[in-house]
Parts: sequence; C-alpha cells; structure tokens
Amino acid sequence: MPAPPPNRAKHTHRTSRLVNIGIPYLWLGLFFLLPFAIVLQISLAEPALAQPPYTALWQWVDEGLLRIEINLRNFMMVAEDDLYLSALLNSLQVAFICTLLCLLLGYPMAYAIATAPERWRIILLMLIVLPFWTSFLIRVYAWIGILKSKGLLNDLLIWLGLIDTPLAILHTQTAIYIGVVYSYLPFMILPLYANLSRLDMSLLEAAADLGCRPMRAFLRVTLPLSMAGILAGSMLVFIPVVGEFVIPDLLGGPESLMVGKLLWTEFFSNKDWPLASALAILLLALLVVPFVMMQRLQQRIEGGRP
Amino acid sequence: MRRRRWPLLTLLAFGYAFLYVPILLLIIYSFNESRLVTVWTGFSTKWYVELFRNQQLLDAAWLSVRIAAVNATLAVVLGTLAANALVRHRHFRGRTGFELLLTAPLVMPDVIIGLSLLLLFVAMQHTIGWPDGRGFTTITIAHVTFSMAYVAVVVRARLSQMDRSLEEAAMDLGARPLRVYLTITLPLIAPALLSGWLLAFTLSLDDLVIASFVAGPGSTTLPMVIYSSVRMGVSPQINALATIIVAVVTLAVVIAGIAMRRGRQAR
Repeated sequence: MPAPPPNRAKHTHRTSRLVNIGIPYLWLGLFFLLPFAIVLQISLAEPALAQPPYTALWQWVDEGLLRIEINLRNFMMVAEDDLYLSALLNSLQVAFICTLLCLLLGYPMAYAIATAPERWRIILLMLIVLPFWTSFLIRVYAWIGILKSKGLLNDLLIWLGLIDTPLAILHTQTAIYIGVVYSYLPFMILPLYANLSRLDMSLLEAAADLGCRPMRAFLRVTLPLSMAGILAGSMLVFIPVVGEFVIPDLLGGPESLMVGKLLWTEFFSNKDWPLASALAILLLALLVVPFVMMQRLQQRIEGGRP
Repeated sequence: MRRRRWPLLTLLAFGYAFLYVPILLLIIYSFNESRLVTVWTGFSTKWYVELFRNQQLLDAAWLSVRIAAVNATLAVVLGTLAANALVRHRHFRGRTGFELLLTAPLVMPDVIIGLSLLLLFVAMQHTIGWPDGRGFTTITIAHVTFSMAYVAVVVRARLSQMDRSLEEAAMDLGARPLRVYLTITLPLIAPALLSGWLLAFTLSLDDLVIASFVAGPGSTTLPMVIYSSVRMGVSPQINALATIIVAVVTLAVVIAGIAMRRGRQAR
C-alpha cells in the first residue's frame, strides 16, 4: 500500500495547522483580546450624553490635523475617592480570606477523598462536582433564606438556646465569606484532589518506617509535594472572587463593597461607561500577577509530565 | 492508624453537609404552602403550578435554552480545534499567547468579560454596522468566548491520554488525515465532546453577569428573570425552579454514571 506522497502530507499538515490554530486564535483575538483595547480606550474618554455615552478619543479636525484627547478624569476619580480604593482593597481582602478558608476546608476534604477506598472515590468526587451543575445564582439565593434575621440559621440557634436575639449575618461581610466559600469550594478541591491522588504513598510509609511522626511526615512530605495543587486551587478561587458580583450583591451589605459590584453600579445605574472601564482596567492590573503565576505553574506541571 | 481518620472524616462530612444542606432546604421549602420561605405551614405544590403559569419566566427559559444549545455546539467545535492545536501541534509560533488566551477566560471575572464585549459590540455596530442591535447573537458570541475554553480543557485531557496506535494503523493503510480524524479520532474522544457540550450548555444557562451586559431590550434570559425576582425578596417559585433543576441534573448524572459503568463492563 503506498503511503501518501510527502508533499501532500505536508500540505494536509499545513491545512490542519491553519484550521486548528487559526480559527480559535482568530475568535479569541477578536472577542477576547481586542475588547480589552477598547476598554482601555474608553477608560480614557469622558462620559457624554450621547449614543454611545462617551466622547471620542480622536477626531480628524481638518486635513492633516488629528486631535487626540486623553482624559485621566476616571483614574483621578478612583484615586481620589475613598469609595473606590476601599472597594478595591476590600475585594482583595475578601478574595484572600476566602481562598484561605477554602484551602482550610478543601485540603482535608481532598485528602480524605484521595485516600478513600477506590470504589468510594468516584462517588465522593461526583458529589463535589454535582452542585456545580446546578444554578450558581439559585445556590447563592438559598443562603438568603438561611442567613436572614428571621432565617433558618437564627431559628436553629434560638431553638438550641445558644442565642436570644437573632444575629445579623445577611448583608454583612460574613455573609459574603460564607457565600464565596460555598460557591468556590469545588474549584479548590478538584485540583487538590488531582494532585493528592497522584501522590506516592510509599514516601509516607518510608517516613513512618524511619520513625517520623505522622504530623511531621505530613509537613515535610505531603505538604511540599502538594504545593502545585494548593497554588492551582488558590488561583482558581482568588482571581474570579476579586471581581465577583452576584455574591456581594445578594448577600453583602453597604459596608462590604466590592469592585465587581461597584463596576456594575457605575455601568447600569450611573451609566458612566468610562468610569466602569477604568475600574475594569484597574481590576485587570490587579489580577495580572496572580494570573501569570497560575500560567507559569500550569506550564511547569505540564512540562513535568512525560 | 485507623483512629487517625476520624477527624478527617468528620471534616469531610461537614464539608458535604455545607455543600448540600442549602440545596436540600431549597427543595423542602418549594413544597411549603406559605409565601414565607422559612415558616412551614403545610405541604403544597401550588408554587409549581404558578411557575408553569409564569409566562415571562417560561419565555426567558426558552430563550436561555436556545442560546445554551447554539453556544454549546459552537464551543465544542472551537474548543476541540484549540485542543487539537495544543496536543497535535506541539510547537508553533505564538503558542504561549495561544495558551494564555485559552486559560484567561476560565478565571477572568465576569464583569470584565461582559463590559469589554459590550464595548466591542457597540464599537463594531458604530463602525461596520454589525451586530445590528443586541440579543440572541451577541449573548451567544459572549458565551462561546468563555465556554470554548472549558471545552478545550476537557477535550485536551482526553486527546493527550488517547492511544494513537489506531490512528497510525489507519495512516499506514493509506487513509487521509482528515478521514482518520473523522472516523477514528472523533469517535474515540466522543465522551469528552459530550461532557464538553454539557458543560458549555450549563455554563451558558447559568450566566447572569455577562448576558446582562451584552443583552439588548427584549432579550431577557432565565438568570435575569431569577435575579430580578430574587432582588425583590425570596420567592417560593424560585425554590420550585431550583428543585426542577436539581432533579434534572441528578437524573442526568445517574444516567451518565450507569452508562459509564455499562461501557466499562462491556469492554
């Protein structure tokens, strides 16, 4: 049987390359990358009563004269108004604390699943993923009924005699923490599980044989070996939570402002598109470092695999 | 050694309770007669009846399902192409950038994706006159942009684990590459394509933030209706809707689980 002539094979290879790389590249370039350039452009414009509601950045005045107007008003506003700065800082704080909480709860869970008997593992893992397939919005909504002052949690605590008067949890920062940990816990557990299930248990046995106590063995062997999983899970939680909108909007209150909600308000309520764009640019700038870290890590994990 | 697992298992149980108690409470109170979600007055299915009479919600659900289906199909095509590129063409110029573009939508906050796409659509309409107005098309494009990245992750994992000897055998017998891909590779990665499709479908059906930015007047999706009714306060209709969603998802997962087990036993 004759093999295809080499130049035809080469030709098909080139076509395959063009289709497989070119089409997704083009799509993402047009609908993911290009929009950021436009956001940057509009963050330097001024709001206007027009359609669309912002001023043009450049215009041809007459032959050969191009007028470019760069307006730093939006960034100045953000820098001078405490509201925006505290929202940005608060978002980072919420994301950081929630990542830590997810890790504290998620690590032992992932470890327990990874060391569970084989037949249980798939079911346990399935139960972690299952809530992800139901509506995120509705799952956050569920917490309103639980946390509000006449809600189920307060009823339970009063019935148990632990408290006399209802606690105010809904519309506070605590409610945001609960909602975020609840929604993002699977994103922490899955990469940790993937990492821990590949862990070579004979290393722990060797440590035990050499007289190492379990806690010490965990700190010296398991924890360092699962660092890649910890970092991957942390980034999957941290990055999206910084810009989260639904949870602070439904569960948070006036004193727990986050940048995602602020951006939404500037855009939809105040119709200030340029200011919303400036907030988006600042949010992006905050997320570049963690994102690059995540990307590096991913390439290292893939590079390590044979 | 046995005793040491106790704290771990307690924490595991707590974690699962944390994940499932809110969903269980939603389901229980969907059968409550009272409008108050937290006071139990008696068993009733009236919220389900009301749900199916809520024409606005049904219209929105139908729009969301159509968008989700078109989105999932496009996302599977684009995500599979991207996965092919990453697994089959190991070295090409701009690979790092390609990977970056494909990972970023997974973690990028929704408000940024939504705002930036809206501004793009407005600018495009201004300069080339397309898209003319916003709605089905713009929401679908926005959803494809982030869900193709998820599909690429799923398909890529499957492609890189795949045994390539069958493909090589077909090549040796003179089959053209495209034919090999269509008749050998695609059936082998079909489970990943299916789970990618379902994942993209769910992601689209679930999105509130991005759709709110790129939707126009007259294109209200299901999450937007849920959101506006939730903002007005708790509503047992939403509980009923949640119960239906959970039932459908659980059923699908059980069926998939049985099918997978059958498939494994058949092999």
